[in-house]
Amino acid sequence: MRNDLVLRVVGKLLIPFILLFAIYVQFHGDFGPGGGFQAGVIFAAGIVFYALIFGLENARKVVPDALVEAMLAAGVLLYAGVGVAGLLLGGNFLDYFVLDADPIHGQHRGIFWVEAGVAVTVCGVMLKIFYMFAARGDGATGLGE
Amino acid sequence: MSLSAHLPALQVVLPLLSAPLAVLLRHGGFACAVVTAGAWAAFAAAVGLWLQAGEVGVVSYHIGSWAPPWGIEYRVDRLASFVLLLVSGTAAIVLPYSRASIEREIPREQHYLYYAMFGLCLAGLLGITITGDAFNIFVFLEISSLSTYVLIALGRDRRALAAAYRYLIMGTIGATFIVIGIGFLYLMTGTLNLADMAERLRDVESSRAVLAALAFLTVGISLKLALFPLHQWLPNAYTHAPSAVTAFLAATATKVSVYVLIRFWYSVFGESLVYVELPLPRIMLLLSLAAMFAASFTAIFQDNLKRLFAYSSVGQIGYITLGLSFDSIDGLTASIVHLFNHGVTKAALFLLIGGMVIGLAKSGTVPPAPTFDRLAGLAKRMPLTCFGIVIAGLSLIGVPGTAGFVSKWYLIVAALEKEQFWLVGAILLSSLLAVAYVWRFVEVAYFKPAAEGTTRREAPLGLLIPAWLLVIATIWFGLDTSFTVGTAAEAAQQLVRVGK
Repeated sequence: MRNDLVLRVVGKLLIPFILLFAIYVQFHGDFGPGGGFQAGVIFAAGIVFYALIFGLENARKVVPDALVEAMLAAGVLLYAGVGVAGLLLGGNFLDYFVLDADPIHGQHRGIFWVEAGVAVTVCGVMLKIFYMFAARGDGATGLGE
Repeated sequence: MSLSAHLPALQVVLPLLSAPLAVLLRHGGFACAVVTAGAWAAFAAAVGLWLQAGEVGVVSYHIGSWAPPWGIEYRVDRLASFVLLLVSGTAAIVLPYSRASIEREIPREQHYLYYAMFGLCLAGLLGITITGDAFNIFVFLEISSLSTYVLIALGRDRRALAAAYRYLIMGTIGATFIVIGIGFLYLMTGTLNLADMAERLRDVESSRAVLAALAFLTVGISLKLALFPLHQWLPNAYTHAPSAVTAFLAATATKVSVYVLIRFWYSVFGESLVYVELPLPRIMLLLSLAAMFAASFTAIFQDNLKRLFAYSSVGQIGYITLGLSFDSIDGLTASIVHLFNHGVTKAALFLLIGGMVIGLAKSGTVPPAPTFDRLAGLAKRMPLTCFGIVIAGLSLIGVPGTAGFVSKWYLIVAALEKEQFWLVGAILLSSLLAVAYVWRFVEVAYFKPAAEGTTRREAPLGLLIPAWLLVIATIWFGLDTSFTVGTAAEAAQQLVRVGK
């Protein structure tokens, strides 16, 4: 699909907005539908879109395998880290009330970082699955190679 | 922050944290160190919780400081603390063993993933045991199951993939049944907290939805605990998984499922529903007997030692569920004791077999399957390994002085108490089948002549020491029963008192 001019132009135009939309969904999760899972999937979809148009190799240059694997683990660590932070600040595990002097604000802070962890891991998992399937058969994937 | 107050959370969180750390480190050695440290810390936490539960009866921990029944509660009673000790203790022994064992069985670049999966599996199993929330049980069950499928598929033999896939299908059906059961319970009670659920179920006991929930949960959990005839996934999974994985799973995965069954039967549904209104005990009795005889009988004719003991596991699970069918404190005690003793025995056996196959292999090659034709005269070559297998085998039979004797003794006491004399005969008769399959190993290893020029070449020490620790534990728990039987009896009394 690398030679398709329309796709290339539209893709280049759209991908930044897809990524931006993912971040919007992430931060708007407080007030409307959305949150870490959906944001992670949308962000990954933007990169998958890029890989479909410009090829797997180029996508791997943007988001390398090592980064994807680090994302898988880092999100879980971030999530659990919020829980441990609650422990260290004198509350129970995953206690958000103690994360700030104002308990309500503490809840906001806690869910913010937990959702960030979810987004990172989900995005990593989506990309990992895509990379693994796309790389099967070493390039004979029809992905514009 | 006082550490002892947060032990229930740390119990699960430490192994859970070790898994992503292992992935981030991307190095087999570091990953091993991190996950092993997590498992040892979990074992220390389990010991602490066992002591705490002994003092106060039930330790309750509110995740996120949300009080139950709204928030998730971690709840450690006598039974939970006992199972936590078994699971984390086995992991603490198997992980150091893994290092030398997977060196030959798993490609080096996958080592860190092995440890990550092991950490997740451990966290999942501990989570199932400790949580007091029905849906949380399902979530942890999925964590442990998914990582288990990966661990089994890591086996070098290509058949490991098929075995893992088969377990995936069966396990997913089981998990689906469990979540449907939990869904029905939620529908009827509007709560997911197990203690709260039991409270509210008393008002709606005769409803059909509750019966359906009980049926779904019982069948789903029976799939996971490999109750005959739902055990089809087990022999292949145990045979083709890497040795260390087989040992860990045999000692923990099915045992934790038995724990979940006991938890739902006694702590949620209550004895009157399970034992009085439904024919569940009779069904359990028949299936247990079938497992004790059919699976043990099948074991005799296996050519692969690992497969032989996998079938023996199905048979031994029959003894555990047999104790559940009695509806008495003694029967429940026997079940819980056997759950622990069989876990220790089987872990010892599979660890020894893992060392044995590595001793059999030429250096640097993939270890062969432990088929009987390769084991001729093995006692000359690896006397310590063979002697350990014989001791653990005696425990499977139930010879006095080994852990297996203790649990069978209590099973027989429970049968006598119910005046089921024929059952005593059945237990003894099925033990003879165990004699037969253990004898097959003894005959081949001790009485068949070894190949010419066989020299003594024991399994590596790093494999022999953890395995022998468990063999010694098998004898220890056969002689000193104050810990195992004491805890199990307390657990049974606590469960029955709550269930009434």
